[in-house]
Amino acid sequence: MQAFEYANPMTVKDAVALLGASWTDANVLAGGTDQLSLMKDYIHTPKRLVNIKNIKELAGIRKAGGNLRIGATVTLDELIDNREVRMAFPSLVSAARGVGSPQIKNMGTVGGDLCQRPRCWYFRNGFGLLAQKNGRSLVDDGQNEFHAIFSQGPAKFVSASSLAPALAALGATVTIAGPNGTRSVDVASFFVAPSSDQQREVDLKPNEIVTQVLVPMSGAKNASYEVRLKDGLDWPYAAAAVALRMKGSTVESARVVLGHVGPTPVVAEGAASALAGKSITEEVAAQAGESAVQGAHPLSGNAYKVQLAKTAVKRALMEAVKRA
Amino acid sequence: MPNYSWPPMEQRRVMGKRLARLDGAAKASGKAKYNSDVRPAGTIHGAILHCPHAHCRVRSIDTSAAKALSGVTSVRVAAEPGKEIMWPNAEIAFVAARTEEIAREALRLIKVDYEVLPHLVREENLAAAGSRAKPAGEVVTGDPDAALRSADVVHEGEYGIPVITHCCLEPHGSTVQWSGNKVEFWPSTQAISNVGGDLAKGIELAAGNVHAHMDYVGGGFGSKFQADLWGIQAAHMSKESGGKPVKLYLDRAAELTIAGIRPSVYGKIRLGAKRDGTLVAWDSLTWMTGGMAGGGLNADLLPYVFRNVPNRRVNHTAVATNTGAQRAWRAPNHPQVSFVTCAALDDLAAKLNMDPLDFFKKNANLTVREAVYVSQLDKAADMIEWKKRYHSRGDKTAGSMKRGLGLAVGTWQGGGHASQCRTNIHPDGSVEVELGSQDIGTGTRTIITQVAAESLGLPMNAIKLNIGDNGLPPSGASGGSTTVGGVASSSRIATLNALEKLFEAVAPSLGAPADQLEAVDGKIQVKGNPAKSLTWKAACAKLGVKTISENGANDQRNPRGLNAAGVGGVHMADVSVDVETGVVTVNKVVAVQDCGLIINPKLAEGQVFGGVIMGICAALMEERVMDEATGRCLNQDMEFYKLAGIGDIGDIQVHMDITPDHDKRGVVGLGEPATIPTIAAIANACTNAIGVRVPTLPLTPRNVLNALAGRRMA
Repeated sequence: MQAFEYANPMTVKDAVALLGASWTDANVLAGGTDQLSLMKDYIHTPKRLVNIKNIKELAGIRKAGGNLRIGATVTLDELIDNREVRMAFPSLVSAARGVGSPQIKNMGTVGGDLCQRPRCWYFRNGFGLLAQKNGRSLVDDGQNEFHAIFSQGPAKFVSASSLAPALAALGATVTIAGPNGTRSVDVASFFVAPSSDQQREVDLKPNEIVTQVLVPMSGAKNASYEVRLKDGLDWPYAAAAVALRMKGSTVESARVVLGHVGPTPVVAEGAASALAGKSITEEVAAQAGESAVQGAHPLSGNAYKVQLAKTAVKRALMEAVKRA
Repeated sequence: MPNYSWPPMEQRRVMGKRLARLDGAAKASGKAKYNSDVRPAGTIHGAILHCPHAHCRVRSIDTSAAKALSGVTSVRVAAEPGKEIMWPNAEIAFVAARTEEIAREALRLIKVDYEVLPHLVREENLAAAGSRAKPAGEVVTGDPDAALRSADVVHEGEYGIPVITHCCLEPHGSTVQWSGNKVEFWPSTQAISNVGGDLAKGIELAAGNVHAHMDYVGGGFGSKFQADLWGIQAAHMSKESGGKPVKLYLDRAAELTIAGIRPSVYGKIRLGAKRDGTLVAWDSLTWMTGGMAGGGLNADLLPYVFRNVPNRRVNHTAVATNTGAQRAWRAPNHPQVSFVTCAALDDLAAKLNMDPLDFFKKNANLTVREAVYVSQLDKAADMIEWKKRYHSRGDKTAGSMKRGLGLAVGTWQGGGHASQCRTNIHPDGSVEVELGSQDIGTGTRTIITQVAAESLGLPMNAIKLNIGDNGLPPSGASGGSTTVGGVASSSRIATLNALEKLFEAVAPSLGAPADQLEAVDGKIQVKGNPAKSLTWKAACAKLGVKTISENGANDQRNPRGLNAAGVGGVHMADVSVDVETGVVTVNKVVAVQDCGLIINPKLAEGQVFGGVIMGICAALMEERVMDEATGRCLNQDMEFYKLAGIGDIGDIQVHMDITPDHDKRGVVGLGEPATIPTIAAIANACTNAIGVRVPTLPLTPRNVLNALAGRRMA
């Protein structure tokens, strides 16, 4: 990896001041479970690494107003073990558990999960975020079994975040600190499909830091389901998260979000509206799955993922209403 | 001359016992040092510049900036201008530097201009291979066309099993120190007796000047027999760096691309049977790639095991691809041909509406060990409750989880390799057994010690074993499942030769001729007369100041009944398939394995567990993914080159076929046969569960759901 300077600020303000105008000036180091790999492969070549693990205000989980506030440096393991999270947000617990590797759960953070780079194997082998060669997508005619089935411009990778679908379904917001103070973005709109190799897949500038996630404690029933091959560390082929506001056994309103099927988490509005006013049965859940993949356009080698996304929605819905 | 025969089964005291491996605690605790852990004083680090193209020619190379970097001690060009590079990640240049970081930074400073040439990196579509496809010629027995015309039932199918890699946990590499005319060599190897000479040849030094030693190796599976370019360049860099030891190990990307692969096998197969299930004809066109050399397949391997089918036509085509070269992979080519054969036979049985267990038994007369296979099929069927739980193709129960059973067979030779051993008995009673072998994880240390302890009537801890050094009496490479037969025989012979000398030394004291003595329970005694005895220590004291040092060798032309070759095995699998996700879960694999005389059943079973686990990996998730557009391997990491973890394995039950008939054959190796049938057994179980064949492995959600949806492979 390229030699770099290491900074160890104690406050968000100092951390932001240590970042720069470009991604090659400085990168944030939290869990480091992927940042260091990216640096070893020269995909990230920051001149400075800014360690944010010693910033107290980024740590911890607590109630704040009607929200549960989850600090950016909360580890996946802390999230899984937190009593409030376990009570209110089983979808988050199951998504975090899906990461599979105890080492990554112990080190990896909530902020890092949201900001992690795609796992697209063209990107990771140095062919750029959009994986294009001479203006043509390498993914379209290449090995795309793990790629997007929802078209969002030239980007064909899938969002790697395990937590994003669950957070988006729960209506969570991300707080971002920058040189001009803080701003707040819905998790669903925090993810953006880039249209050039230079852009990022999240709404974050090189001199900004995710500080926290606010999850509304709305009492919605929620669950997530990942289709995965391995029991240990592995990436989901497709995932779905649901949050249901219920009136008795009837769905008042729903949010359904698909993961690992597009460059961003895919909010399935059609599926959500089809659920309103219904009781969740196997048939209703299966129909919601069908609705959720209506807009899918699989690539040459990943038609099978449409089936997986459907199944994930159905199973997440059945899981959500299984809970008392 | 001593009677070298193995003691009768019922008289063995140490052999045949389920002893834990001697190095288990050291390995589990981290106390065991692998050569990639070894870091002699002053060690510096090597790194390799790999070629980014699948096929190219080097136009120019400029290493001046790398040489100028502070901390760099040696830069060597491996691909001079004009050299044609045939696969991605091929070695272009080598750097040694004070730290690994500096070495890697120096690589970035080397400027190479490549002329990019056309490549082919994927072989599954034979029609696209063009001139890269080299047919090997047809082999015909009987009249396959007539037999297929007159067969009652004919099945035609396509099958494919992709290239996989060895994926050794400890990567390939070594530390080398070349100072003066002496080389110290710490390789990760399967061939400690030979690898020093191999390095010496590569660096044009007398073989005796290279000292190679290794205590432990973290996996080889057939890919670690040579010093390799990596060892040779490390030696040169050591010399150029003032004789400092150079540590040079492949990183994971290199390990997965240039350190050996197992060739693919794709095939179109037609086979026919009589209504009663008698197999009458086989006709196959197979192709594979093992890199630029293409990939040969011995026609005798098809159809696998059921080789004596009266009518057969075998065509094979090697496809040269711009990919890293093949190396022997645990039972070279057998797992692949076991899959294509057993899958095709299973599909034919389904078409006959016949239980494959009955079908395989019915045709066992087409194998060279009919009785063995029939009894193993029956035993495995009992273990997995085949007769109770088997259903015809397609689990008809409601719900998305479908369950099925499958079976497959394997065979291997595994005779003992050439091996020499020296046993020393010292006047103080201590015993050393010495041979230039290596324990590649199979338990060789434990096995040799058991043989020596048995032969001398001593406990295990009375034997000091020295292996892992090319200064010791040479032993063959650990490949082909030949180690156990070779080292068990040579250590038996050397140890009994040494014991005979001890008998001669103590015979006068016991008042009996040497040939009337025996070594039992830590004593030397007159046969059948424990009253006339000496303790081992007292007996050895009679040697005065003279150590006994006797040799013994396994003679491959005359193994004296101590070892033999040729085994069969049967695996059966029970899997569940989620037809909504295509995820296949292995519930259980049972393995019934014949391996002759078994020195340690626990270690033998361990070999089979390991073999089955490798088979599960290959069946469910392993494949090397090449990209035609870029010519690159896309999954040269352990994130997308998937291996099963502990949670993916299921229940494995092993039955070693320990019978007097097998035992009297002597020792037979089993590292390789143990992994052969697992893949096909799982694939057949998956087919039995879901009702359709998944033609191409691995059984990933993509391949399973495509098969269920009737989609062709992408």
